[in-house]
Amino acid sequence: MTPFQYARANDVADAIKQIATDPSAKFIAGGTNLIDLIKYDVEEPTRLIDISHLPLRSIEQTSTGGVLIGAMVPNTDLAYHPIIEQRYPLLARAIMSGASQQLRNMASTGGNLLQRTRCFYFYDTATPCNKREPGSGCSAIDGINRINAVLGTSQACIATHPSDMCVALAALEATVHVAGPAGARTIAFADFHRLPGNTPQRDTNLEPDEIITAIELPPKGFSANYSYLKIRDRLSYAFALVSVAAALELDGDTIKEARLALGGVAHKPWRSSAAEAALLGQRAEATAFARAADWLLHGAKGYGHNDFKIGLARRAIVRTLGQAARGTPQSLSDKKIR
Amino acid sequence: MASYIGSATSRVDGRPKVTGEARYAGEFNVPGLVHGYVIESTIPKGRIVRIDTSGALGVDGVIDVLTHQSRPPMADKDNAYKDEVAPEEGSPYRPLYDDRILFTGQPVALVLAEDWETARVAASMVKVEYQKEPHVTDLHAERSRAFAIDAPEKPRGDAAKAFASAAVRHAAEYFIPTEHHNPMELFASTAIWEDGRLTVYDKTQGVQNVQKYLCGVFKMKPDEVRVMSPYMGGGFGAGLRPQYQVVLAVLGASALKRPVRVMLTRAQMYALGYRPASIERLALGASSGGTLESVQHEAIAVTSQFEEFARNDTGWGNLLYRSPNAKFEHRLVKLDLPTSCDMRAPGAATGVYALECAMDELAIALKTDPVQLRLQCYSERHQGEDVPYTSKQLRECYRQGAAEFGWDRRNAEPRSMREGSELVGWGMASGVWEALQMPATVRIVLTANGHAEVATAASDIGTGTYTIMAQVAADMLGLPIDSISVKLGDSTLPQCPLEGGSWIASSVCNAIANTARAVRGDLLELAKEMKDSPLAGVGVDDVALIDGKIASKRDATRAVPIASAMQSGNAERITREEANKVDEDKSHARNVHSAIFAEVKVDEELGVIRVTRVVNAVAAGRILNPKTAHSQVMGGVVWGIGMALHEETLFDHHFGRVMNANIAEYHVPVNADIHDIKVIFVEEPDEIVNPLGIKGLGEIGIVGVAAAIANAVYHATGKRVRDLPITLDKVIQFE
Repeated sequence: MTPFQYARANDVADAIKQIATDPSAKFIAGGTNLIDLIKYDVEEPTRLIDISHLPLRSIEQTSTGGVLIGAMVPNTDLAYHPIIEQRYPLLARAIMSGASQQLRNMASTGGNLLQRTRCFYFYDTATPCNKREPGSGCSAIDGINRINAVLGTSQACIATHPSDMCVALAALEATVHVAGPAGARTIAFADFHRLPGNTPQRDTNLEPDEIITAIELPPKGFSANYSYLKIRDRLSYAFALVSVAAALELDGDTIKEARLALGGVAHKPWRSSAAEAALLGQRAEATAFARAADWLLHGAKGYGHNDFKIGLARRAIVRTLGQAARGTPQSLSDKKIR
Repeated sequence: MASYIGSATSRVDGRPKVTGEARYAGEFNVPGLVHGYVIESTIPKGRIVRIDTSGALGVDGVIDVLTHQSRPPMADKDNAYKDEVAPEEGSPYRPLYDDRILFTGQPVALVLAEDWETARVAASMVKVEYQKEPHVTDLHAERSRAFAIDAPEKPRGDAAKAFASAAVRHAAEYFIPTEHHNPMELFASTAIWEDGRLTVYDKTQGVQNVQKYLCGVFKMKPDEVRVMSPYMGGGFGAGLRPQYQVVLAVLGASALKRPVRVMLTRAQMYALGYRPASIERLALGASSGGTLESVQHEAIAVTSQFEEFARNDTGWGNLLYRSPNAKFEHRLVKLDLPTSCDMRAPGAATGVYALECAMDELAIALKTDPVQLRLQCYSERHQGEDVPYTSKQLRECYRQGAAEFGWDRRNAEPRSMREGSELVGWGMASGVWEALQMPATVRIVLTANGHAEVATAASDIGTGTYTIMAQVAADMLGLPIDSISVKLGDSTLPQCPLEGGSWIASSVCNAIANTARAVRGDLLELAKEMKDSPLAGVGVDDVALIDGKIASKRDATRAVPIASAMQSGNAERITREEANKVDEDKSHARNVHSAIFAEVKVDEELGVIRVTRVVNAVAAGRILNPKTAHSQVMGGVVWGIGMALHEETLFDHHFGRVMNANIAEYHVPVNADIHDIKVIFVEEPDEIVNPLGIKGLGEIGIVGVAAAIANAVYHATGKRVRDLPITLDKVIQFE
């Protein structure tokens, strides 16, 4: 562990100013991941800038019919917010699938996007890891990789992004609002997280001196036909082996619009426009779902222990699309998968 | 007065525990306390070349960094390090002793600072340079190096020949991975020097074991060392042997002449002991009528390079099933790891898992109901010793467990039962453990105000020892339970063995009975000396202590209040110390038994497993407290579910490291994984096992549970998974 100084940011401008003057500083909000990483000597900030008091805690309807979620809204508050429960239940279910009640109470919306991989080697400073120490090598490729990625991997890194919330945000095509020294900008959710390539140390396209201020949801919430299915090694409080966010707009039993995103399989929530296009105009039934699954998993590659994820994902996609089409989303309390 | 024994008494230590009044080893604060942070080896094998402590010593608040070169003196003979439960063969690990690295996570330095955070920060500045040597940590890769030990039970007949000629045969290998105890409470020790004497607050299941060990390691006299462990947040076997942090705390306190606390992190606890990974090979041969002709059980388990730890994995078939021919083998593989150790039901949790899965497979081969097969093979005598049991109500466990579960509605055909998307499976297994007693001494101090203090050096590791001792003492002394206080966890108290092996309840409660009898004798003498004593001419076994009186058993009107007897004799207190009588009689086998029935529901496409019902019917002699007993067995079932579906310490054998050394990634069941658990205690009066008929419950709850679940998964899916844990990718071949 490295000693660090602690400072509180008064407002967004102050936060940006503080982070810009100190390249080894880090923002801290809920700290549900960062504090662990500091204890493991994985993150070594010399200064923590506390942004948890910034006035970014509102959830508001936008003039265009969407919803703007402040970056400091705790995960729990977001999941239980009436607008989210009613109009974006896919997001509510995804959030409630993650972590534990205590962690969700602490974790912020913005911080959820920035949580780091759970790859075993990333956390263990006695082993090489390109994400932690660029150029040192990837221990997971030939190591214990049951939890690692099967899509969008590189020679340098097979880590996954661990979030559940982000899988739903990807499917809903949210927009990330950020602010930095050069002003505010927005990043489409699909462009926010990166694939590892040769720079696995960079999880996102957020610049080091930028801060997430809000997440914007577009008007469409797919509240009639959606499901979030998370498959894991125990029935709660475990990261996804594979998770699926599915959202459909149906005309009778014909698919008018489809959204499909996978968690637990890649360095970012995994989507494929071809997979979603393959569903358009199709009858909402298993053969169409299986074709979409094939598209979504195109190019998937296992590394030994995690080979099963490809077949598991294929079946989970079909199942989740079925739940969405029937209007019977996966229950969180009853762990039976219907 | 109602009897406390057998009543569902709430824990007498419940209130201090939930209010935080109960203090644990890492919570004893004394002025000037120094905090130690352990630096562990990052390599599994080799030597320390150099330790650069200069950076750490420069940190404000750091007092010292101890290494093998700078530590105070320690004993240099193996014997000094052999604690009560050290394996017979080998050289115990010596913490911070020399430059040799024996396993990853071994302590190589101790940073001592004014506060824990400073020590932790400074620890990351200590640079350790190693000279690596090739290491081995993989049991499967090294199994050809396995060597036999002579622990197993003796062979009978010609098991190989009988197997070869058996009408129906089943042979298979089962695997249980390395598992860690993961008690909630972190291991910690606080060492305090005072006037040349050492007091240590330690997380341990045996204060006197640690006390003797420290006397050996630091060459001190018994009256110079006192070890305390009043409460423990879970031990499960991890606290049987003295753990390294207690040595480091004493080294630190000796070096600085100040009190020192060393608390381990969760990750560091993965370099303590563990349940050894084991490969279990079963070969069962049966007649076409479904009786066993041959039982062969071979275990290959992990130990360290420097000690040979082994428990009875293979002999359980001798207790459960009749067979004229049997053969048992236990082999060890030495790996560059810490020494494996006891973990709840050591040997049985693993060995009975394999045996009971194999019996299920044999039942399928015989087309016989699994309960029926067990009844056909039921043994009324210990097969190895050829002696009867003091009591064995296992048949009744099968009967009551099956009835409660509804076993008769089972369709034997795999994949025949389903509910929507889920396949339903029903499986069962037997459980067995030993009913042991060890020598223990209990002191009772009865004061004239009607209060009694009951004391022994046992630790209550969370099982309810405080409570059952208070119950038994209250009944034996004829006092209300509120008038009893129980003192435990202090090495200066009367002798008591480690809290392990399920032997504490039988040992200390029978000792209470003997001590109470002595107290009763003293009271009777006092009562007889009273003028016109109604108890004149009555013997000690003709009176009882009831409702605060000493009274004739035959004529309750002949009674003297305890307080009056003591006052008239001018006795302010009566102090007595007696031991239990440990029967060396070999004419009976002493065991507890259980039958476990489990229901699983498995998603047919995705392989997600839910354990929706478990019934565990236990025959374990006299149940002292149905409430704590129920919790004890329920906890065992939960752990068995974890063993079946979740638990596995993941090693990267290239680095020789544990990769999931935290409870986010080392999975144990969470609430969502636990549904209905029904615990049944089958009546089992036993006047032979010990005077009070107590058998102990610590281990039996977990034994057989994983097998029942594995058998249920097979019944549900038709897929036999023999390697634990049963994860969804083992149930379904995903393409």
